[in-house]
Amino acid sequence: MLTKRIIPCLDVDAGRVVKGVRFRDHRDAGDPTELAAFYNEQGADELVFYDITASADQRATMVEVVERVSEEVFIPLAVGGGLRSAEDMQRMLLAGADKVSINTAAVQTPTLISEGADRFGSQCIVVGMDAQRVDASRGEGRPVDGVLSRIALEPSSRWEIRTHTGRGGGRATGIDAVKWASYVVEMGAGEIVLNSIDADGTKQGYDLDLTRAVSEAVTVPVVASGGAGEMEHFYDVVEAGKADAVLAASVFHYGTFSIADVKRYLAGRGVPMRL
Amino acid sequence: MTRPEIAVINYGAGNLRSVVKAFEHIGYPATVTTDPRKVMAADGVVLPGVGAAGDTMTNLHARGMVDAIATVIAKKRPFFGVCIGLQVLFERSEEDGAECLGLLGGYVRRLPAGVKVPHMGWNQVRLAESHPLFHGIADDSYFYFVHSYYADPTEQSAVVGLTDYGATFASALAQGNLVGTQFHPEKSGSLGLQLYRNFVQRVVGAGD
Repeated sequence: MLTKRIIPCLDVDAGRVVKGVRFRDHRDAGDPTELAAFYNEQGADELVFYDITASADQRATMVEVVERVSEEVFIPLAVGGGLRSAEDMQRMLLAGADKVSINTAAVQTPTLISEGADRFGSQCIVVGMDAQRVDASRGEGRPVDGVLSRIALEPSSRWEIRTHTGRGGGRATGIDAVKWASYVVEMGAGEIVLNSIDADGTKQGYDLDLTRAVSEAVTVPVVASGGAGEMEHFYDVVEAGKADAVLAASVFHYGTFSIADVKRYLAGRGVPMRL
Repeated sequence: MTRPEIAVINYGAGNLRSVVKAFEHIGYPATVTTDPRKVMAADGVVLPGVGAAGDTMTNLHARGMVDAIATVIAKKRPFFGVCIGLQVLFERSEEDGAECLGLLGGYVRRLPAGVKVPHMGWNQVRLAESHPLFHGIADDSYFYFVHSYYADPTEQSAVVGLTDYGATFASALAQGNLVGTQFHPEKSGSLGLQLYRNFVQRVVGAGD
């Protein structure tokens, strides 16, 4: 049976993993290859490297990171952050990435999704989306000029897409998150990584309603992101949220529990897992 | 044979690097090549795969690889087709309606509706028969899949492993020295590396 995937996400700044792993002080907690090998040993089903490098002249270091990791660790590797063109995607794929993830760039230039899918195959193209609950009473969810009507927010919309979320809250787009998910799949996305802005960092659990709404709206796998604090949250998001895979960062990095712990726990509750 | 020559066919698709690094990792450096002569001269050949059937066939034709692959297989040299590299060995694919190599009997079909496509992630391979390719690998082990189409061979005796996803399909095949997997050994952790090791044993053995 196809298993649910557990995926650690590592933020990389100028070639170094930030938010090192606290419980492994005897090793170089900032070295991407060491951490990738460690998570592989723990049973990670896939790895996500997210480039948060701010300065453009250090961007090339991410290519080297991908090259080094893919020489040592033989599980799927996805790369996101700072990819703006099909050439950027190609560079990462040739370096050894199996998938590339675009987020803000997909909103700004949706044809980037179809261009990437045509050139490299849908299975390589992941669209990351940052969704936030709409609270009309706070004046949220207002229409934005120039948004394609079929993906625009409506009074019934529950979540809005935001971009540039790396920089303090990000920008509203006027795009309905569930409609956007269907749209990116039509454009050729092979997978969606769905991050809940409301849940992210709270450790109170994933946004189950959002995850289920998106997962039921699309025909491609959905990876839930944002909110993990306890092992039960993983169970809830694959069962109630219908997620195909679950991504987490800090609970693994800070050793709240290990990937092996989560996978054993989920298997014990009947979730198909690769142990 | 001291040092088998393993050629990895470069036809312009991605993911070659992972395949080469996997062979390097198990101690058998492989050479990426666009040269059909080198393919025909190699002790073992890998046709890796990522991409669409139509593009793959176009590229194989453009690079003069179609005859080279047929020659390698006719000479019974060890040959490993991975994912799309397995699919194009069949007669035709529903993807792009592509005419394929026709070296194996059967068709390549789209995964059925009702499951999420692509089939992406770790799934089990149920061994239909004991085969040296799976030496040291337990029945129902997990391998990494990412595909939207699957091979439906005419010759059931070629089926070595089966996987369930919407349908039950042949996820590992072997016919003489030709082997292929729908999953990606180079992305399947230690078991995938073991499978490549088993393939190399076959390469080495074929030279004796």
